[in-house]
Amino acid sequence: MQTPTLFALLLLLILVAYGTGFSRAVGAARSRGGIRSLASLPSYYGVHTALWCGLPALIILGFWLAFDDSIIRTLVMGGLSAKPESISGQNLLYAQIQNMAAGNLVGEATPQLTAAAEHLTSLRQSGQWLQTALILILSIGLGAFALLQISPEMRAREKVEKVLRAILLLCACAAIFTTVGILLSVLFESLRFFQTVPVTEFLFGLHWSPQMALREDQVGSSGAFGAVPLFTGTLMVSAIAMFVAVPVGLMSAIYLAEYAGKKVRAFAKPLIEILAGVPTVVYGFFAALTVAPFVREVAQSIGLEASSESALAAGLVMGVMIIPFVSSLSDDVINAVPQSLRDGALGLGSTKSETVRKVVIPAALPGIVGGVLLAVSRAIGETMIVVMAAGLAANLTANPLESVTTVTVQIVTLLVGDQEFDSPKTLAAFALGLMLFISTLILNFIALHVVKKYREQYD
Amino acid sequence: MTDLTQSTLTQKEVRERIESRLASRHRKEKIFRGFGIASIAFGVLAVLVLFTDIISKGSSAFVQTDIQLEVTYDPAVLGIETVDQESLAWANFDGVIREALRERFPDVTGRRDKRELYSLVSTGAGFALRERLAQNPELLGKSETLWFNADDDVDTYVKSLSKSEDGFLGRTSEQKAEWIQSLRESGELEKRFNTTFFTNGDSREPEQAGIRAALVGSLFTLLVTLTLSFPIGVAAAIYLEEFAPKNRWTDLIEVNINNLAAVPSIVFGLLGLAIFINFFEMPRSAPLVGGLVLTLMTLPTIIISSRASLKSVPPSIREAAMGMGASRMQVVLHHVLPLAMPGMLTGAIIGMAQALGETAPLLMIGMVAFIVDVPGGITDPSTVLPVQIFLWADSPERAFVERTSAAIMVLLAVLITMNTCAVWLRKKLERRW
Repeated sequence: MQTPTLFALLLLLILVAYGTGFSRAVGAARSRGGIRSLASLPSYYGVHTALWCGLPALIILGFWLAFDDSIIRTLVMGGLSAKPESISGQNLLYAQIQNMAAGNLVGEATPQLTAAAEHLTSLRQSGQWLQTALILILSIGLGAFALLQISPEMRAREKVEKVLRAILLLCACAAIFTTVGILLSVLFESLRFFQTVPVTEFLFGLHWSPQMALREDQVGSSGAFGAVPLFTGTLMVSAIAMFVAVPVGLMSAIYLAEYAGKKVRAFAKPLIEILAGVPTVVYGFFAALTVAPFVREVAQSIGLEASSESALAAGLVMGVMIIPFVSSLSDDVINAVPQSLRDGALGLGSTKSETVRKVVIPAALPGIVGGVLLAVSRAIGETMIVVMAAGLAANLTANPLESVTTVTVQIVTLLVGDQEFDSPKTLAAFALGLMLFISTLILNFIALHVVKKYREQYD
Repeated sequence: MTDLTQSTLTQKEVRERIESRLASRHRKEKIFRGFGIASIAFGVLAVLVLFTDIISKGSSAFVQTDIQLEVTYDPAVLGIETVDQESLAWANFDGVIREALRERFPDVTGRRDKRELYSLVSTGAGFALRERLAQNPELLGKSETLWFNADDDVDTYVKSLSKSEDGFLGRTSEQKAEWIQSLRESGELEKRFNTTFFTNGDSREPEQAGIRAALVGSLFTLLVTLTLSFPIGVAAAIYLEEFAPKNRWTDLIEVNINNLAAVPSIVFGLLGLAIFINFFEMPRSAPLVGGLVLTLMTLPTIIISSRASLKSVPPSIREAAMGMGASRMQVVLHHVLPLAMPGMLTGAIIGMAQALGETAPLLMIGMVAFIVDVPGGITDPSTVLPVQIFLWADSPERAFVERTSAAIMVLLAVLITMNTCAVWLRKKLERRW
């Protein structure tokens, strides 16, 4: 039976289990004077039966779907007498076998290939049978078991609630699984990368040119993995972005919180927050096609040489993107400063701007710093704007009019369109990802800590 | 103060000093205020420039230059006798179009000029003819007048004519411009609504490229994301808000959620590549994997907003239900959850809007492939709208610029609608306690 049909059948079985569990509970209660004598409401008996019928079967089905392909592959490849050494060669061979089994062979059909394809087909068929049988037996058997358990004394509600609670806990742990998944995926590939390229070269090398030489005499493919130009590029673009976003975001937050009337606030705040909802790919397009040529023209008109993809253009647009982020975070902390502090300062005769500069901002400073740190981590991790507007050349430069490249740009260029997983080139992307993850993690951690500590002061 | 009173200054001098100091303080106040206004103005200006730039670039993509030709389904030119599947696949529809063009401009001779002439009409015109004949087999041997998409260079030139007298010739030759002029004068060349843009998938030819495949891909991806992230997010929020004991484990979960909310999206792409594609061997470029990655990415957003809306349900509701003998699970599922649902839905819509605009993690899992066909399911290779925008933005053809902007307009329109829905929902269903 095909998996979707099996799934549908399973859902049907679960419904039936609910119905029979319900009616059996009602039936069991009838002789004792109605459902009043049941320990739980009849629907809980239904759910209890349905859970027994469906949950184990669904879990097994999920595991089956996740692992059947790789198990079949191991069996098929294990059955071959001669096979290539390299992983890519094996991949190719297996793809050929799969194609052959699907009936659209490209190339020559050797006896070995034919046998392997038949093996694959038979394994798949028996796998399908086994799956159907296992799932159906499991669900019907356990459902029947749960039905037999039903008695007026059984505390069905408590059992169901226990299971529900476990499911809720599992969902809450999804965040932990995700973090662990991220760590594992970048860590393992990075370790493999650091086996070929030393950590010190990666962290302190000044030359980045990830093209690996396929032949000995190939020109321009040194395979150098010194990531310093990427780090400086990232820092430069982020610095330009923060140079735009922090003053503008902070000042607009101050104006909106302290000066603006209700009408201006109601109009300007949502308008600025539109900027936060615009997808980054749109900013990237805007940066590449509108801002970069503009920057170039301005630079040329004052006699400077600017490349068509400049750090300045990417940084400016990224700054615009981050404005609402800084402004809404600062707005929150400025509004959290108690009014009594302002009243005190104003009562001593200071002007409004003096109150803001000397009382409100210092009081809100930890929160603002936390917000800015979060914004920095946003800027470092931002991808599309720099991919589209900052360029690919790994220049070690301090001139914002030249094109620079960033960590995220290199991750994208190294991984897009590449399927090989054993070359240092693709593994380098994971090492860069690890750097990115660690640095943003540290920034977030500090920022959240600072913000939390500050909040405790006034609440 | 002691300085002033004990000094030898007269009262008048003291007042002058104070006044000049006051004036400078007021000046500073004004400057500060000016900075505030300038910042707001900068933000608003950025919004306006961004939108006008995109709209001015993209609005022309909603019309497309079409050329009217009288075509004859001549069996001799087509090389077929009957209309059936096989013969249609072989038939020379381009020949029919060429014939029609030669008839319209009989005085064009020479191989080079002829080739120039044929390039007036899009290379997709032959496919359009095939579709038409497949649907109306009785047309074989007859002639009719049809509109065909013009080539993208012609399209660019004609559109630029409305902006300036001479227009942007680009790759269009002087001779071609003359033909275009004559077609325009006779009304056989017109700008019409660009339906291709909404009905086609991607294409290397700008005039045949459309966003349908990307839209459907986005829809599938969002469906996967929604069906996974909303239940999981709500369940996690319920656990953390209503059941979790105060201990280290709970703290760890909370720290994790807050951190994940700020992890760069591209890192989620790396996770998807390493775990879903490499480890579980899921298909590349599939909405299924894209949806899974976006689920992990939007989960923190949904959990945080769901928790906020659970928090806003007053404890008295819980106490009342508890007092009536409900179990804690019943209190939550029967009373708290329905009251918190509007807030959760708002959070979910905002999370979905975020997922719809996301590009970087999807590049990692191979959704950048050039895909022409409209995907039919969640495991078919497909692309999504933001990635389509990214791909078109990279294309060298000038005609792709306006299509990219038009695709951005569609994306922004969808996003604005979603966000407006969220705001409306919040206003409509929110209860103040």
